[in-house]
Amino acid sequence: MILLVVTGVGLGALYFLAASGLSLIYGLMGVLNFAHGAFMVAGAYAGWLTMRGLPASLSVGTRLAAAMAAAVVVGAAIGLVVEVALIRPLYRHHIQQVLVTVGLSLAAVAAVQGVWGSDAHPLEKPAWLASTTEVAGAHLPHDRFLFIAAAGLLFVGLKALLRFTRLGLVIRAGVENRTMVEALGINVQRTFSVVFSIGGAAAGLAGLLGGVYANSVSPGQGGALLIFAFIVVVIGGMGSLTGTAVAAVAVGLVQQLANYYAASGVGDLSVVLLLAVVLLLRPATMQGAH
Amino acid sequence: MTPGPVLSVGQLHVRYGGSHVLQGISFEVPATGVTALLGRNGVGKTTTLKAILGLAPRTGQIRLDGADITGWSVARTAREGVGYVPEDREVFGGLTVEENLRLVGGDVGTDAPIVAELFPDLVNRRAQRAGTLSGGQQQMVALARVLLRDNRLLLVDEPTKGLAPKLVTEVADVLARVAETTPVLLVEQNLPLVRRIADTVVVLDAGQVVHRGSAPDLVADQELTQELLGVAMRREVRG
Repeated sequence: MILLVVTGVGLGALYFLAASGLSLIYGLMGVLNFAHGAFMVAGAYAGWLTMRGLPASLSVGTRLAAAMAAAVVVGAAIGLVVEVALIRPLYRHHIQQVLVTVGLSLAAVAAVQGVWGSDAHPLEKPAWLASTTEVAGAHLPHDRFLFIAAAGLLFVGLKALLRFTRLGLVIRAGVENRTMVEALGINVQRTFSVVFSIGGAAAGLAGLLGGVYANSVSPGQGGALLIFAFIVVVIGGMGSLTGTAVAAVAVGLVQQLANYYAASGVGDLSVVLLLAVVLLLRPATMQGAH
Repeated sequence: MTPGPVLSVGQLHVRYGGSHVLQGISFEVPATGVTALLGRNGVGKTTTLKAILGLAPRTGQIRLDGADITGWSVARTAREGVGYVPEDREVFGGLTVEENLRLVGGDVGTDAPIVAELFPDLVNRRAQRAGTLSGGQQQMVALARVLLRDNRLLLVDEPTKGLAPKLVTEVADVLARVAETTPVLLVEQNLPLVRRIADTVVVLDAGQVVHRGSAPDLVADQELTQELLGVAMRREVRG
């Protein structure tokens, strides 16, 4: 049971990393960013390339730390570029936003396949990360603790940003009523760029850690993670960071428990059922802040 | 020398879908005092304020102190000194009173002298979420936050709507104080309040300006108020 809980929470942590940016972006801007998966792939490949490019004399742990930094930076940069170049002209055109972000996600996968091939590339892990710790007879994989720590840091960092900074104040007000924020003379556009960049950074890290989870990076990994990220955001209430965190853990646990107690593969179905139940009981969750 | 108008609106049109809400209205707001924008429900008063700020799709010309602001964004118009207090207050319910004010005031919130002077109740409620305040208290937050910035013009939309008579008086007192230093364009249905604080009036009907003139003259003329607004002025000031 301990193993199931830790692995479930670890999976939930990955989902939170993927979903937090999505939730903030939707909450503030009303943009359903289907290109979020492309940010994850970019982060994963940036990390993989960094690990491959650094000298083998460096320890795997050092190279992985550098890879995580690269994933964050590349994710943030791509998020910023996408917001400025593609999303900004389309803020009042929701259908076009969907078309552009879906198109970008498809193009990104195709581009990655074109350059690095469609096969998965193994991702090295330090020995300590690949091993386990025994607690009450359960062998707990260390990588889950890395996911939980990363998600916890992101959650605390975002909460602190929202609570204690002027940017956070503008974001919280903008999630409630963007028009009124503008009517008070505040440049929300700049805030949009920063939020997209933060979302991209979190997605980039999620992409690389998703690679750590799967022991490889592949062009299609962003799409798979994105589906669960969307489910988490909808269950958690679009635009709510705490809701996203709770939903991410719930989805991870449901998936793990169902896979173990029912049958392998039932976990995904259970998550979809959980989403259906939430939408039936609380249909307004789809509307979020908009 | 009489200063020129702070705001000039020329041939302002607003269309929502197939509806032609404002049909080429033109009027001016003097550089001092309160100008009341009056009219029956649905004639385009709120739309006029939104169009001035840029919140409604508009054509025509809007000049602020002589500068054409028609092409400006909402945020720029506000930053350049057009303060807006919307009809439904639209305070940020999830933020505290202090945060609502600091959103505009930056480093200052309830500690600003103007807040202590005009809205002392807000100082005691600085940590309370704005969404849990009464309608009157929310109105005070909406007014206070806009007053934390230097304004060249205030657009105030039905500030007494839904308020108890005592609060109507408090809001009127605040607006009268504010109007001593900042011109106000006020949308208001409460004629006694208009009589008390407004200097000039602009009356709209069916998306057009049908009357401009002195506020005291209009409210003193029962036949004219009946004809233009469909209401007769009562003798007693409410509140």
